[in-house]
Amino acid sequence: MATHDAALTGPPAPEEHHTSTGLDNTKMAMWAFLGSECLFFGSLISTYLLYRSRAASGPTPGEIYDIPFTSVSSFVLLMSSLTMVLALAAIQRGDHRGLRTWLLATALLGMTFIGGQVYEFTTFYEEGLALSKSPFGSAFFMATGFHGAHVTVGILMLLALVGMSMAGRLTVDGARKVELIGLYWHFVDIVWIVIFTVVYLVPTE
Amino acid sequence: MATAALQPRRNIFARPTATTGWYSWLTTVDHKKIGIMYGVTAFVFFLLGGLEALAIRAQLAVPDGEVLNADVYNQFFTMHGITMIFLVVMPMGVALFNFFVPLMIGARDVAFPRLNALSYWIFLFGGIFIYSSFFLGGAPDGGWFGYAPLSRDLPSHGMDFYAVGLQVLGVASLAGAVNFIVTILNMRAPGMTFMRMPVFVWMTLVVSFLLLFAMPVIAVALFQLMFDRLFDTTFFNVAAGGDPLLWQHLFWLFGHPEVYILILPAMGIVSEVLPTFSRKPIFGYAAVVFAGAAIGFMGWGVWAHHMFAAGLGPVANSAFALSTMFIAVPTGVKIFNWIGTLWGGSIRFTTAMKFSIGFIAMFIIGGLSGVTHAIVPHDAQQTDTYYVVAHFHYVLFGGALFGIMSGLYYWWPKIFGHRLSEKLGSWNFWLWFIGFNLTFGPMHIVGLQGMPRRVYTYPDGMGWNLWNMMETVGAFVIALATLVFLFNVAVSRRKGRNEAGSDPWDARTLEWSIPSPPPEYNFAEVPIVEHRDDFWHKKYFVGPGRTAEPVFSGGADHATGEETEHHIHMPSPSYFPLIAAVGMLVSAYAVIFALPAVAIGLLITTLGLFGWVFEPGTAE
Amino acid sequence: MASTEVHPPRESEELTHHPSPRKYVWVAIILAVVTAAEVAIYYIPGIGAFLIPGLVVFAVLKFVMVALYFMHLKFDSKLFRRLFVTGIVLAFVIFTIVLLTFFLRPEASGITG
Repeated sequence: MATHDAALTGPPAPEEHHTSTGLDNTKMAMWAFLGSECLFFGSLISTYLLYRSRAASGPTPGEIYDIPFTSVSSFVLLMSSLTMVLALAAIQRGDHRGLRTWLLATALLGMTFIGGQVYEFTTFYEEGLALSKSPFGSAFFMATGFHGAHVTVGILMLLALVGMSMAGRLTVDGARKVELIGLYWHFVDIVWIVIFTVVYLVPTE
Repeated sequence: MATAALQPRRNIFARPTATTGWYSWLTTVDHKKIGIMYGVTAFVFFLLGGLEALAIRAQLAVPDGEVLNADVYNQFFTMHGITMIFLVVMPMGVALFNFFVPLMIGARDVAFPRLNALSYWIFLFGGIFIYSSFFLGGAPDGGWFGYAPLSRDLPSHGMDFYAVGLQVLGVASLAGAVNFIVTILNMRAPGMTFMRMPVFVWMTLVVSFLLLFAMPVIAVALFQLMFDRLFDTTFFNVAAGGDPLLWQHLFWLFGHPEVYILILPAMGIVSEVLPTFSRKPIFGYAAVVFAGAAIGFMGWGVWAHHMFAAGLGPVANSAFALSTMFIAVPTGVKIFNWIGTLWGGSIRFTTAMKFSIGFIAMFIIGGLSGVTHAIVPHDAQQTDTYYVVAHFHYVLFGGALFGIMSGLYYWWPKIFGHRLSEKLGSWNFWLWFIGFNLTFGPMHIVGLQGMPRRVYTYPDGMGWNLWNMMETVGAFVIALATLVFLFNVAVSRRKGRNEAGSDPWDARTLEWSIPSPPPEYNFAEVPIVEHRDDFWHKKYFVGPGRTAEPVFSGGADHATGEETEHHIHMPSPSYFPLIAAVGMLVSAYAVIFALPAVAIGLLITTLGLFGWVFEPGTAE
Repeated sequence: MASTEVHPPRESEELTHHPSPRKYVWVAIILAVVTAAEVAIYYIPGIGAFLIPGLVVFAVLKFVMVALYFMHLKFDSKLFRRLFVTGIVLAFVIFTIVLLTFFLRPEASGITG
């Protein structure tokens, strides 16, 4: 019979202490950071909106985008948010096996997305769109490139979490850490939701 | 079943434990030590920026000057701006935030002590990085505002150092902003509600939000500039379809909140100094707080007043002219409240008080010239002339720097345990006051007479010679005053007489309730706060007629001598922030000189971050 | 190793407010359906002026669902929502103004948006 025993729940997280708002410091910090990232991606996306019709002598958005392909990779990233939240649910009920499974699934889906981006970028480059070709090219690659960099950092953090779990370092206070990385991951997904619509789907006359 | 006790990890390098000695400064996570490092570093940069100013003034003392050629002049005025804004005024504010915000809210440290250390090391390395440009092909020479397409086309590495260096510094600021927001929201002592916080803490909070949202915008602009210069992207390449206005918008979207980031800390300081030396609470606390928040909020709606001559058209210009005029209102509210604080008070003209009163006067002048800029036709004449230079020096020097000096003279005894000499302080203040007005006052005149700014010389026969000579003389008076300050610092240390107890000024806020300098853990017991200006209320019973009678249990007396360790666990020192910062410095040089080596810098930073994440905040 | 132990939940978490895995899967299904709808309307010929509002509505819907459910904003302290929304609203407003200044620029300058 499960007794409510400190030995089972483990010692309290070393960082845990009373806060004025009752909210966790690191969670608050992450939300503040995400608020700041809205301005970062807002600047990149606005630059794209300004420059999307300035294609110089290179291909235009309408000519170069492969909507079906990008739709699939958007779907992949969206599903990775599901696996992420399932990973969190797993550690919240103490299921570390499930945690690692879902974290790896998330990382895998993220890597698939990045693979798709790499393929898309190289294809576009071969078709004549480069960073230095036109304002459209510069703005497109900057916006999607920085997004991809954010996804990559996210993947590294997910893999680090998997490693930490395997080393037994997520038994104490682990859910908080997984939740933090999860917030970052969902945010990166949200940014792609905006990019997919604004950059790819909204037509550039 | 086995408990979740972790095996102690055997680290390759042992965790540092020193809290004294020079090595302890490299690994410290103590907000007080970090604050001191910020202050000292910022002051060194102030001297460098001041030397640049003296060189500029030497060149402009006479028409057709030959002290600096055009190319060197461009580097000096660019670096002067970058230095004073990013390496002096901002870090000085952060130095005081660091030392005093935790004390004022009754906390033992900031929310993320290692992140705090990281911010400092990145700042130091970023400043060194930018200055190293002088020896590596030339300093930035495109103005601190880096207008494109000039900035993308300037041939030396200078603007590469600009783009990369400011990017690096931006990381430090963003991290600091997150740190202080969480600290102020989450680490207040029991009873310290928002409306009981000192105004200085409120201003720190507003500044932190401004940084949080403004830094990412300039980060994008700097990436675009960097990529234009390194990878030939076309963001600002006009022939390919790039638009210079994009740079201006992005830069000023950051740049305008930035000027409030520069001035609000000083306004916070003045809001602490005036009440102490008037023996009155701040007049209209709520109004001062809300006005500060309003300035922060409205500051997002005025940026294009820096672009009135850029061709945005009458609709845009009018809209921004209106918003700019409106933002004078909350500023005016603060000024009236400061005057109301002085009114009827029992005034002591300490050096700190002189600088604060000087702040009010100089900032009013700078604010008035600012209002004239808001009128678009006026601005059309004033823009790019010395009138603008006069305006921003009155608000940034007469405002921010005077405020910071006030804070230094006020808080020096708390930081170091002794006061600065009042006599020397008086000389410091008056020389600075006279020198400052002599330097920048005439600029209003030559500006209206048409003398252009950002130009290395001017011809004879324009009627500007006398004023320029006066301005140069004034600059050297400022230099003299600065030497007086340094002398004051050196001399005050030695004399035993200036020793200060915990509350040398009979002040109002919590930082004065603990020893000078404070012990590592700040408060032996976390204070229970029951009032605004809680310390004042612990010392004095405030009667119905607002008379203050001393309470004999005395807030300050027990502060010296009796503290026992109380087994207070403080965050432990760490060298990982330093390592992570070193990685960023390596990457910064690599971006300019050896692109593949960026991977090395990233690796170092990543290792530093991993070590940090796996290290507990407080060692067992 | 402790990794296979199941730990009882700690009081500090608001476990009563966590959606169940089933709920999360439903959210994901809705997200997938909306994505399919976005792509579908993109290809409808003659959709004309309805395309952009439609795309925007779908994007906002997905955005909000991920934020409220996956990021737990619906169940967490309002402070987090405010921190995030402030960033979003600020970005939206200032960049709308910036883009307007480009696209409504006086013709005399000869520069087109």
